[in-house]
Amino acid sequence: MTEQTDAAAPAARELRRFGGAVWEIVRRTGRGIRWYVTNLMGDRAYDAYVAHHRAHHPGAEPLTERQFWRQKMDDADRNPGARCC
Amino acid sequence: MTAPSPGSNRAGQNSTGSNRAGQNPEQPADPSGDDVLTQDPALPPVAVPAAARAREARWTWPKIVLWVAIALLGGLAWVMLALVRGETVNAIWFVFAAVCTYLIGYRFYSKVIQRYITRPDDRRATPAEIKHDGKDYVPTDRRVLYGHHFAAIAGAGPLVGPVLAAQMGYLPGTIWIIVGVVLAGAVQDYLVLFFSMRRGGRTIGQMARQELGRIGGTAAIIASLLIMLIIVAILALVVVNALGESPWGVFSVAMTIPIAIFMGVYLRYLRPGKVTEVSIIGFVLLMAAIIGGGWVAGTEWGQAIFHLDRTTIAWAIIIYGFIAAILPVWLLLAPRDYLSTFMKIGVIVMLAGAIVLVRPEIQVPAFTEFAATGLGPVFAGPLFPFLFVTIACGALSGFHALIASGTTPKLVEKERQTRFIGYGGMLMESFVAIMALVAAVSIDQGIYFAMNAPSAATGGTVEGAVAFVNSLGLTGAPLTPEMLTGTAAAVGEESIVSRTGGAPTLALGLAHIMQQALGGQALMAFWYHFAIMFEALFILTAVDAGTRVARFMLQDSIGAIFPKFRDITWRPGVWLCTAIMVAGWGAILILGVTDPLGGINTFFPLFGIANQLLAAIALAVVLAIVAKRGKSYVKWLWIVALPLAFAAVVTITASMYKIFSPVPAIGYWANHFRYRAALESGDDSLGTPEVMEAVIRNTAVQGTLSIIFVTLAIIVIIAAVIVTIKAIVRGGGTDHEDAPVASRRFAPSGFFATKEEKRIEKEWEALPPSEDPVDWKAPAHH
Repeated sequence: MTEQTDAAAPAARELRRFGGAVWEIVRRTGRGIRWYVTNLMGDRAYDAYVAHHRAHHPGAEPLTERQFWRQKMDDADRNPGARCC
Repeated sequence: MTAPSPGSNRAGQNSTGSNRAGQNPEQPADPSGDDVLTQDPALPPVAVPAAARAREARWTWPKIVLWVAIALLGGLAWVMLALVRGETVNAIWFVFAAVCTYLIGYRFYSKVIQRYITRPDDRRATPAEIKHDGKDYVPTDRRVLYGHHFAAIAGAGPLVGPVLAAQMGYLPGTIWIIVGVVLAGAVQDYLVLFFSMRRGGRTIGQMARQELGRIGGTAAIIASLLIMLIIVAILALVVVNALGESPWGVFSVAMTIPIAIFMGVYLRYLRPGKVTEVSIIGFVLLMAAIIGGGWVAGTEWGQAIFHLDRTTIAWAIIIYGFIAAILPVWLLLAPRDYLSTFMKIGVIVMLAGAIVLVRPEIQVPAFTEFAATGLGPVFAGPLFPFLFVTIACGALSGFHALIASGTTPKLVEKERQTRFIGYGGMLMESFVAIMALVAAVSIDQGIYFAMNAPSAATGGTVEGAVAFVNSLGLTGAPLTPEMLTGTAAAVGEESIVSRTGGAPTLALGLAHIMQQALGGQALMAFWYHFAIMFEALFILTAVDAGTRVARFMLQDSIGAIFPKFRDITWRPGVWLCTAIMVAGWGAILILGVTDPLGGINTFFPLFGIANQLLAAIALAVVLAIVAKRGKSYVKWLWIVALPLAFAAVVTITASMYKIFSPVPAIGYWANHFRYRAALESGDDSLGTPEVMEAVIRNTAVQGTLSIIFVTLAIIVIIAAVIVTIKAIVRGGGTDHEDAPVASRRFAPSGFFATKEEKRIEKEWEALPPSEDPVDWKAPAHH
């Protein structure tokens, strides 16, 4: 960037910095919501499984995502778990 | 557990010096665990050291000011609700009274429970850590698990009970929901969760058998099975009542089936694991189904196909329940579950926002005359005990014991988090109940009674309803026929007279509030059907899941004699057991739908009694567990004994009323013999012989169920009291907890991490990857 000499420059820089800070907050909030919703709904279940598998069974190949979900659903068939009223 | 032996030799074992984890004055217990629980010195602390916790717990001026302010605001709100008698009261005071009381209960009472009853120890590994398998046992982020747990406990229950209880005025229900949850409901959920976690996630039935012996345990299991059936039946009855003669509702709720199947197929074959994505697609389709329903209901063919009477809908739900329960989970139940979780959290946030934004004025008096007479049309019986069984979910719900044992405890990351998840999760359900109550009392009282009085009273017509409601002697302006027809037209229904069951009233209240916040009068019908859909979605999921769980219990019990039944891949066994369970709740549902006296008003008390009896059973099991923990716990047993005694007195009294009351509107048997005498003498003043036979049959079923429930509960409570007294006399008892294992991970305990917790988290983050404790060798690992 070239050096700016006009008087408006500091103000513009301030504004940019402020805009950047707001954008950062929005981005972080968005990321937080995304993190929460995807974890809550179960999107991350496979990642968690793979991480676990890598750590505990380094030799063996983990299930594919498709296989993992099939197995998870089959398990749920065996044990559905109650929902409350 | 033997006497505590503090001051063991833990000091100096840690290299960092800062992590003398777990020297905790709250936990004199576990001398046996002390050596075992010595943490790996190579790791950062696995628990916040006691000294640091004490430092953080110290009272500072800002904290004192904050809590005084919360207490004052809460106190002011209670004064506005309970003492100030203006023309109206603003709904915002309900929100303040509830939230401030919850905060105080959570900050103070639940900490007392933690300090003297549960005494968690973060040096101990939880089942999720010990048995971590990446599937059933997964240490889950506390905030995510809170959401999971809440989604599993909260359904249609907290939405329905408060609506019915509004017939006594807003105050009795509000007090019970808020005070009940702090002293009873949240205590039960927290304790069951904690003790199940200490037992590897054992279910409440297994704990009952272990702690109370064979008779108590068997009674507890039979009671839970029967209660499950009655709960499914009554919830289904709520849906039937909401959808009867409503083509719009029937269409949009029916559309949830193809939508769920589409989502299931999408997740299985197209994009596995993209749960949020498919839930958003499902949500959009659901909205389209609601909007489309309005159009379909306006067409001739729509009327012809979807205008169904209640008996037809009841049979449709029975058939649906059977098919849904034998279909694979991925096709219908799992996607429905995703949708309901999504909707549940979304709608609750939305409704809370709308109430704060709109701040509706409440017209209903604090107490109506039905609180005194006990002869209201919505449900009969005096305030004590019937208010406390009508509002079960939201204040104290025994059913939660089934959720808090079993699934959630297998996912808890650290022991201290159980307070936030168990106690805090129930507080949130209570808040849902408060919002349902606000929605119900924000509509006109006359309309409320016209909707909730059984058609036996209103005749199902506008004129009948107006005449009946105006004869009740309500305060405020009299009900006019235009009010009923106008409201029905606004929500896109033919009639709103005698739409009992709570769901339509709640839907009207929600629509009333939402349209003021968003969209205006034009969107009234949309919001109404949105709310109906929302409730039907939960209930149909609960019907499906409840049938499956009940079927497993049955398969397991029959399997004790014929082992083949335990094999869940043996289809004939699955089908037979499903059919038996569906027949069980289906029969009650049909009786409720065809009940000449109304259905909801006669059956709903059974639902509440059943739910509270399960609570009494769960608390009785917990009481025995706590007494067995040792001498230092005896002094604090009242924390469990108080809600147990209350639940026991309430349910037993209510059962006695239902069995022995000579008032036909209250006592099942009194009504039974009254109709029987009329039938025998040929007196037709009570109805045609068919009607009388139906009443005789229904009251016999209701009366018999009441007797069975109360007997089972008394057996369990007596068994628990005997075990408890023995334990107190002996100074303790057999400890059935799993052996302690030292933890090798750390996580904060509450929603927000404290400074000290953040500092320890940083230490863990700084670990080089090879030192990461995931490679620890769990004993019970596959």
